[in-house]
Amino acid sequence: MEVAFISGKGGTGKSCISSAFISIAKQVIAVDCDVDAANMYLIFPQTNKKESAYISGKHAFIDQSKCTQCGLCEQLCRFDAVKKVLGKIEIDTVSCDGCALCYRECPSNAIQMINSDKSKLYYGDFRYGKIIYGRLAPGEENSGKFVSVIRQYAKEQAEKNNIDTIILDGPPGIGCPVMSTITGVDKVVIITEPSMSGLSDMKRTIDVANEFVKDIYVIINKYDLNLDVVNVIKEYCSEMNINIIAYLPFDKQIVDAMIDGKTIIEYNSSSDIAKKINDAYQIVFNS
Amino acid sequence: MKIAIASGKGGTGKTFVSTNLFQIFQSSGHHTLLVDCDVECPNSLIFFKLKKISDTLVMEYRPKIDLDKCNYCGRCSDYCEYNAIFCIPELEQIRLLSNLCHGCEACAVACKQNAIKDSKTEIGKISFFTDSYNHIFIEGRMKEGKISSVPVIKSTIKEASFLSYDYMILDSSPGTSCPFIQTATRADYIIIVTEPTPFGLSDLQQAVETLDTLNKNYGVIINRAGLGNADVYDYLNKNHIPILAEIPFSKEIAHLYSEGKLAVSYIDDVNELFKGIYNNIIDNGSSIY
Repeated sequence: MEVAFISGKGGTGKSCISSAFISIAKQVIAVDCDVDAANMYLIFPQTNKKESAYISGKHAFIDQSKCTQCGLCEQLCRFDAVKKVLGKIEIDTVSCDGCALCYRECPSNAIQMINSDKSKLYYGDFRYGKIIYGRLAPGEENSGKFVSVIRQYAKEQAEKNNIDTIILDGPPGIGCPVMSTITGVDKVVIITEPSMSGLSDMKRTIDVANEFVKDIYVIINKYDLNLDVVNVIKEYCSEMNINIIAYLPFDKQIVDAMIDGKTIIEYNSSSDIAKKINDAYQIVFNS
Repeated sequence: MKIAIASGKGGTGKTFVSTNLFQIFQSSGHHTLLVDCDVECPNSLIFFKLKKISDTLVMEYRPKIDLDKCNYCGRCSDYCEYNAIFCIPELEQIRLLSNLCHGCEACAVACKQNAIKDSKTEIGKISFFTDSYNHIFIEGRMKEGKISSVPVIKSTIKEASFLSYDYMILDSSPGTSCPFIQTATRADYIIIVTEPTPFGLSDLQQAVETLDTLNKNYGVIINRAGLGNADVYDYLNKNHIPILAEIPFSKEIAHLYSEGKLAVSYIDDVNELFKGIYNNIIDNGSSIY
């Protein structure tokens, strides 16, 4: 079974809760799909660590010795990536989308397309199985495709090692990498918190998740922060027919565990929050 | 001056800092705009009582294939780097996979039959709001299910820049990739909000790395100080990165935030803290540029 954790709003506790799930599952392929800011590896250090380059796309490069400054590329570019700086045409690689139109149309063949290959895919063993994560180099894009590549690799590893649980820790937001994270998974767990922003982001996240997955669960983290908003979340979820599987209290031990490099289950399995996470795990995996 | 509020890690308090800092700037008599660039999950306007003035749709190019003119040569499909046009010349089949299209218009340039027409699709919306003091608030909002937030972010900042202002506060999206960079490159100064935890540190390092590549000036606000450990401080000191403020971890602050209220209006200490950040920015404003 493949289960993804997403949230819309960042910092609601995706990584902490998904790592706790991993330490309950024991035999698992752990996948960190937040290629922008991967964190899971901090809790699950790897042995046997390997890496491979990920080509996130291409960007244009101008050979100044061939460029006649005709400006056609500047006219064609829809990404504002071609600019004249001090009378010289230059490509802003951050804005360049890699569409290659300038390269194809340049009358003096002064433009080359270069692979963006600074992003890395990491994989290795950890205490509960295999862990896979990616790191997108600053300014490189196509994080959605990167997530698909990571997930494909995770599936291969699952088959090869006879592990049937894959747990995906998703990125914040509702954009392309999030959609890549939940496409084709069996279940999605949305982690939210009872704040006006948490609520607004949860609604958007549910809308997106509904397009991809049937089984959606919600966990309200730090529920004791604002019980009024908890009630609004409850109402909304019941309207949407979504099961709220845990109300987790704010607990400083979550941070203490993180500093210790442990999940909350490993740090203090008899704590209230650990028990509640365990109950939620049983609902997701055994129902 | 444009000030972007950013963070590698999500949920460290970008929106908290943006909204409270905005309040201090505008109450100090500066003509300040609050711009929510977290177009996937915009939240900063929740904290104000606002009236909508207008909406501007963000449109992106999508090709429209005129089948009467198309000769199924496949040239558009060859030009498309995103595999958004699927063409089988032998079977005279052509299909546009609109979800994959980035709107680069290469297909229109490729087509020699004049069979590709320009059409537009809505990818997001920019909304303008005002409060009872006539301050302007701008929110970019990506349409759900769209692939890239970048064009919406770009348009939002562009539209905001047409207005007059002394200070513009840009609430950025989390992460260190394109959405973050799009906001950061357009700002004069960046405030990174972090928290003193291992996750906070790891993401802070990545944000710093990115901003250094972009050659940007920045400072750091440590939120939820008192939680976690000293590693974030050690890292910042070692790399001579200025700490603009430490906001203590407090349930009262978290509760106000959850209700959609501004802490600077309710807690004196927090108000003082944000005045300190404000003074820091005003004093160093000229050197920051």
